[in-house]
Amino acid sequence: MVQAMVMERSLPAATPSASAAPADAVGGSRIGFENVSVTYGSLTVLQSLTLTVNPGEIVALIGPSGSGKTTALRAVAGFVRPSSGRIMIGDRDVTNLAPYDRKIGMVVQNYALFPHMRVEENVAFGLRAHGASEAVVRARVPECLAMVGMGAYAKRYPRELSGGQQQRIAIARALANKPQVLLLDEPLSALDAQIRRSMLDELAKLHRDLPALTVLYVTHDQTEALTLANHIGIMRDGRLKAFGGAQSLFRNPPNRFAAEFLGRANLLPVNDLQPAGEGRVSVRFGATVLKARNHHRLAKGSDCLLCVRPHDFKLGSSRPDANRLSGVVRSVQWQGDVHNVVVEVAGECIRLSSAPMREPPEPGASLDVHFDPADVTVVPEDGADG
Amino acid sequence: MLVWSKSGRVLTWLLAIPLFVIIYGLPIGVIALASVSGQWNDVLPSHFTLEHYADAFRAASFDSLKASLVTGVLASAAALVSGTWAALALRRIQPVPKRILDLCFFIPSAVPSVSIGLSLLVAFSQPPVLLNGTRLIVMIAHFVLISAFTYGNVAAGLARIPSDCEQVAESLGARPFYRLRRVTLPLLLPYLIAAFSLSFALSMGELGATVMIYPPGWMTLPVSIFALSDRGAIFDAATLTMILGMATMLVLIGLSRISSKATVR
Repeated sequence: MVQAMVMERSLPAATPSASAAPADAVGGSRIGFENVSVTYGSLTVLQSLTLTVNPGEIVALIGPSGSGKTTALRAVAGFVRPSSGRIMIGDRDVTNLAPYDRKIGMVVQNYALFPHMRVEENVAFGLRAHGASEAVVRARVPECLAMVGMGAYAKRYPRELSGGQQQRIAIARALANKPQVLLLDEPLSALDAQIRRSMLDELAKLHRDLPALTVLYVTHDQTEALTLANHIGIMRDGRLKAFGGAQSLFRNPPNRFAAEFLGRANLLPVNDLQPAGEGRVSVRFGATVLKARNHHRLAKGSDCLLCVRPHDFKLGSSRPDANRLSGVVRSVQWQGDVHNVVVEVAGECIRLSSAPMREPPEPGASLDVHFDPADVTVVPEDGADG
Repeated sequence: MLVWSKSGRVLTWLLAIPLFVIIYGLPIGVIALASVSGQWNDVLPSHFTLEHYADAFRAASFDSLKASLVTGVLASAAALVSGTWAALALRRIQPVPKRILDLCFFIPSAVPSVSIGLSLLVAFSQPPVLLNGTRLIVMIAHFVLISAFTYGNVAAGLARIPSDCEQVAESLGARPFYRLRRVTLPLLLPYLIAAFSLSFALSMGELGATVMIYPPGWMTLPVSIFALSDRGAIFDAATLTMILGMATMLVLIGLSRISSKATVR
């Protein structure tokens, strides 16, 4: 599924529809966190966060509950005041600016549409708050509603819309002011799985239509992050544990936490790292010598982890230079479009995902698996943050 | 449903209906009957007449109704404005000072109304602030007695408004007063109406403080009812009681219809 999402993102950009806002109409500012910390009494919820979201980029902050990702977003919005550090939007230091002076758009998990206003009034709210003329409001509101495919719902009240429709209106409302940046705080969390997938496509399309829009996207869902984001920041305990391009971070996680949080990973304890030519290294896993990429340039002889994604394991015949492991099947689980198999190898349980098999292995049976050295990398046991 | 068996439900209804009739129905029924009676010397009254109602809408009694309505509306409106202001101001302050200020607001509701009346009488019977004998002192007494309930209702309503709505409004560029006018107050409207309704109902029935401070020409309906029953004019007192109840009910029903519309939105 992750591969599918990554492929989907790499599709060529769609031509903006005639109804969509002009590409240069919205966005275009950098978001900068400069050593930002947030404390409540003795509790530090965000610690020295330094991060830049470049104009036109989508950066996703992911992490478990309490990791500080929402605090970071709310600090940009102005609802949390940093105890130290600076927050920049474009060239402006907005650290001490009130939220209404920050020129942002914000979409939250529960939509927060104003229940006493019709859809068109919701979308017009920001325009009117800024004193826009009625002529501007009348022109801009249908434009924004068309952008999210909700033109026919202008006269309805929020209670007359489904969750997905409400979220579309929330996005239209956030974009109506042509904000410099768009902040999305778990915008799809309240939707069911099917609508979430469709909204994810809508958000991807929206960013293709508005390529200049700078987006900070907070989520706990790695699929959303991998589908939408150019860069991903992984947070834990108020700190940025990893940051990088979505594909790069997925293929080359800098530490154990990043490997485990962004996509499932088998982290095999390996040792005796030795150069093996062509940018590869050999490592010893039990009695078996395996080859892998050394993206993080770990030192010769070091003990480390070998990161193998479940879908990188293959069954059946292999290429001569492939890594091979033999083990005993511990469990087999069918999940419709995939078989998940747990195999015990040298005392470690590894998980592999495979396309549905007509005759899956039985628990207790021996199983040979192999994987391509180009698909796997060694990861430091306690990699540096960031 | 707490009672699942059919016999249990029947038994519950058999207990609940007589209790309801005795506690609520009987007193109201007796007052209603007395208000249309000419004599009540037996188990049931006799000489039914509407003359008491005709009398009630003449001169002094009608002035009492007007005094009650005006006092109720003005005191409730003042309590609503100040209670809303206080609730809005206090919701974002630290928990400890908030608890102290909460307590200050609720003190008048814990003090007997007679004590409030006496304290106002003592406080405002001497210069420099001489209010004794004015209508304003009645309004102030009612305001003091009902403001705690207004504040409590509005504060409870504010706690239930999703903070996301207000924050999103700010992120869209709404300055504090614009946000208050376009988002906070409309969302709070059902609670404001409930607060006003409760305040109005309390004010309409207030007797303890009013009887100590009312000036000539500003006798509220409860004071008139008390005076009539004290003089033994039970049928006239019953009639004014019915009018007081109906006037209060009419206002509350009107307010509840507005509140329902605001809630449905």
